Amino acid sequence: MRFAGLVATIGLAATAAWSGTAAAQMSGKPIKIGVLSDMSSLYADIGGSGSVLAAQMAVKDMGGSVAGVPVQVVSADHQNKPDTGVAIVRRWIDQEGVDAVVDVPTSSVALAVQQVMKEKQKVFLISGAAASDLTGKACSPTGVHWTYDTYALAHGTGGALVKQGGDTWFFITADYAFGHALQRDTADVVTKAGGKVLGSVDVPLNNADFSSFLLQAQQSKAKIIGLANAGGDTINSIKQAAEFGIVSGGQRLAGLLVFISDVNSLGLKAAQGLVLTSAFYWDQNDATRAWSKRFTEQTHKPPTMVQAGVYGAVSHYLKAIAAAKTDDGPKVVAEMRKLPINDFMTKNGKLREDGRVMRDMYLFQVKSPAESKYQFDYFKQLATIPAEQAFRPLSESECPLVKKG
Amino acid sequence: MFGAWHIAIPPLPALMAQLLIGLINGAFYAMLSLGLAVIFGMLNIINFTHGAQYMLGAFCAFLLLNQLGIGYWWALAVAPILVGAFGMGLERLFIRHLYHLDHLYGLLLTFGLGLIIEGLFRQEWGSAGLPYSIPDALTGAHNLGFMFLPNYRAWVIVASLAMCIGTWFVIERTRLGSYLRAATENPTLVQAMGINVPRMITLTYGFGVALAALAGVMAAPIYQVSPLMGSNIIIVVFAVVVIGGMGSIVGSIVSGFVLGLIEGLTKVFYPEASATAIFVIMAIVLLVKPAGFFGRAV
Amino acid sequence: MRRALPGPGVFSLAPGRAVGAALALLALAAPFLFYPVFVMKALCFGLFACAFNLLMGYVGLVSFGHAAFFGWASYTTAYSVKYFALGPIAGILAGTAVAAAMGVVFGWLAIRRHGIYFAMVTLALAQMVYFVALEVKATGGEDGIQAVPRGTLFGFIDLDNPYAMYYFVLAIFLVGFAIIQRTIHSPFGQVLKAIRENEPRAVSLGYRTERYKLLAFILSATLSGLAGSTKSLVFQLASLTDVHWATSGDVVLMTLLGGIGTVLGPVIGAAILVSMENYLAELGSWVTVIQGVIFVVFVLVFRRGFVGEIEVWFRRRKQSTAARSPVSSASAARGPSPG
Repeated sequence: MRFAGLVATIGLAATAAWSGTAAAQMSGKPIKIGVLSDMSSLYADIGGSGSVLAAQMAVKDMGGSVAGVPVQVVSADHQNKPDTGVAIVRRWIDQEGVDAVVDVPTSSVALAVQQVMKEKQKVFLISGAAASDLTGKACSPTGVHWTYDTYALAHGTGGALVKQGGDTWFFITADYAFGHALQRDTADVVTKAGGKVLGSVDVPLNNADFSSFLLQAQQSKAKIIGLANAGGDTINSIKQAAEFGIVSGGQRLAGLLVFISDVNSLGLKAAQGLVLTSAFYWDQNDATRAWSKRFTEQTHKPPTMVQAGVYGAVSHYLKAIAAAKTDDGPKVVAEMRKLPINDFMTKNGKLREDGRVMRDMYLFQVKSPAESKYQFDYFKQLATIPAEQAFRPLSESECPLVKKG
Repeated sequence: MFGAWHIAIPPLPALMAQLLIGLINGAFYAMLSLGLAVIFGMLNIINFTHGAQYMLGAFCAFLLLNQLGIGYWWALAVAPILVGAFGMGLERLFIRHLYHLDHLYGLLLTFGLGLIIEGLFRQEWGSAGLPYSIPDALTGAHNLGFMFLPNYRAWVIVASLAMCIGTWFVIERTRLGSYLRAATENPTLVQAMGINVPRMITLTYGFGVALAALAGVMAAPIYQVSPLMGSNIIIVVFAVVVIGGMGSIVGSIVSGFVLGLIEGLTKVFYPEASATAIFVIMAIVLLVKPAGFFGRAV
Repeated sequence: MRRALPGPGVFSLAPGRAVGAALALLALAAPFLFYPVFVMKALCFGLFACAFNLLMGYVGLVSFGHAAFFGWASYTTAYSVKYFALGPIAGILAGTAVAAAMGVVFGWLAIRRHGIYFAMVTLALAQMVYFVALEVKATGGEDGIQAVPRGTLFGFIDLDNPYAMYYFVLAIFLVGFAIIQRTIHSPFGQVLKAIRENEPRAVSLGYRTERYKLLAFILSATLSGLAGSTKSLVFQLASLTDVHWATSGDVVLMTLLGGIGTVLGPVIGAAILVSMENYLAELGSWVTVIQGVIFVVFVLVFRRGFVGEIEVWFRRRKQSTAARSPVSSASAARGPSPG
């Protein structure tokens, strides 16, 4: 079967060479999009089967085919392990003809997959992962960091809170690379804005009880307690903070990475007042509401920015294929850079040469139970953070693809 | 290279607060290791399903509340009975076939059963946690001067101490307990005296499982109710049991609380290592006094 | 008196010539029949399981911490190949040497204990190794060491070619497997069996059993390290998964599934488990359930494991119903058969 595929590819390549036009050529095979996410563990609600649905919706809205070939969606669970993610992606590309991989929450997996996609010159549409290194040290010509990153989160939440008077901070950090990156980026913002970091504590991953660390935060008397963790760790910290009366004692919690699914899990009573940065909220305008209604009809949950991002990324990818009439990875990404990004979630977004999608980010605050009038009415929008402020400027980039003037 | 050592000793009130937190965590360790110790002490089975059974207790409370509207206080009684009964079923169907074999088989079997239970629940409920609120009567906190102690956490210490002392009393000081202890030492003789030993064994296993489930119900309001909650805690509890002495009831209670305290201190001085500290202690204990502090000689 | 683990007994007899030839043919043709990375993974874990089986099946010691050797060797090789520009063979030797050193230290500490206590010591030590792997910068935390170059063999064989890499891995597997075989069939191996069957008797015969057990432990650790080193080059990645206790659990499962104390059992068990993870990946949590079911079924019913049960079945067919069969005489020597 693989041998036949090999022959077919050689045959097609020969035909392509014959035909003379070097650039625009579809390989003739269907476009396969692989949704790689965490389907069963901590981040399953953030991406997971919702991401698969979003990708399928994008394909359907494009009519199920592009430039004359059908589009298919496959999916798999990387279980938050780089080994598993890499193995799946290699198998997809080598054996199943997958052209693009989408989503991949968990930065460690995304970084590993980015290496493979770079090697194989296939398109990587990152929605779930946060590490800003994906467009920094680890950037790739076929990597597209679509939704958010740690820099945006730090500048959004960190910057806004300092402006509101939150000038002393204490961090509760998940003891792994992502947590440290988030703390580092936010601490940078805080100190540059004139604030002070009073202390921090590193917590082992998957720790159930935060009471000791919350107590340390309480004793530091910092105005803001920054939670540099994600998923279940964040939920636990917030839940237990409520128990110890931290918020009623005058300190504020800053969830540096909070999704609407976390708020759904916690309930408004525990989460109210929490400030967070997001690229998307279902209730922002008519376009977001219309799309989210279609989504929620199937999942009974509000879409997260990761899932909305998967839709946007897949749509833009398919549009680029249609415009460039090729499914060759680097060429499609070049086209994606040329086309402006406009959909229900993004207005006039642009794909930068380091792979970063420039989009506006938004600051939200979780409503109190009294303020919430209907189902999933969770957030009120506090501010818009324009793209140039939200993401690392090219002048500070460590990406080798960026030409410094 | 390693995380920052917090050499500075915090002020005394802060330290006392941390110790109290450690004691509360220790209460959970004590309850869970108690169940394990009872099962190992009486049945010589290393019950690796214990984590899953703890999770079942928490889920039982969650489902009772969300499907049947049955609240926390009833769940404290109902969940252990339901899960205990399930445990007795497991013993009857699977575990009893292994009593004549090496310990390892019991361990592997119960580990497998734990995987099945956890996998099924994960398939149905995912891995994110489910909310369960603190019962109204126990919300709020009391100002102890050096810290605000949430009422629910105070309840946890009291209830678990009661549970532990009660269990110890039943096993060491009552007639029923003496039958159990005799049956472990010499089942044939006890059987010959007309006592239904297999049934006692089944009931004992059920009791150990019920203890785990009870711990699960008590954990539900403060930790996340999640299919992963058992596997996260099981090897720590094992370490506690080993340190206390594998068959010893007193050992597991004492070491549960003490290790909770030590873990609490580690969280102050070297927080990244707080998950590993218990294993270091276990390694040391195993090398120096493998029977554990209170255990029978190896 | 508790029934001991099933020992070598009849099962140490090597498979027949025909089976051996068939397997050799399969091994040579495999990369053309299956996805090469998949078969390479099966070989690495097969070697790991064989090394583990040396300790569990032939000495009777169950370790819950073997991932420490596997994973730490993986990190060492990945780091030395990536940052010190060592060639693939040098890198693998470095990883294996580190695993051997760890085997000496851990073995010396753990051998003093027996049964479940031995298992718990190995678990505790492995947890500490996990913690170090998590904290030390060089291992990259949860990102692991990525983009590990495979390099070129002898200066001209490019290991990025999957076929070349496969035969390299196959060669390593065969070397490791051969070492295990020689060990089992040597006088040293005989003493190990004796210790397994009846340690006090071996002691009374004048054997310093602690020393033999320690040597077996070190050998097992070294070969586990060899497997881990190779694995890091196959996947070009070394990560925390390699040192996690779940990996230690996996290797126990593989050995149980294949047949404790059999020659080919661990390899078959590894192949089955790797296949399961590969082909059932879409099923998500069902894989955990299936693994649990396998544990339960193989502990209750098929305690000899796949290969063990097949071997016994073959023997029963070959023999007449007469009592004097190798199976019954060997097991009569040991006591009533398990299960």
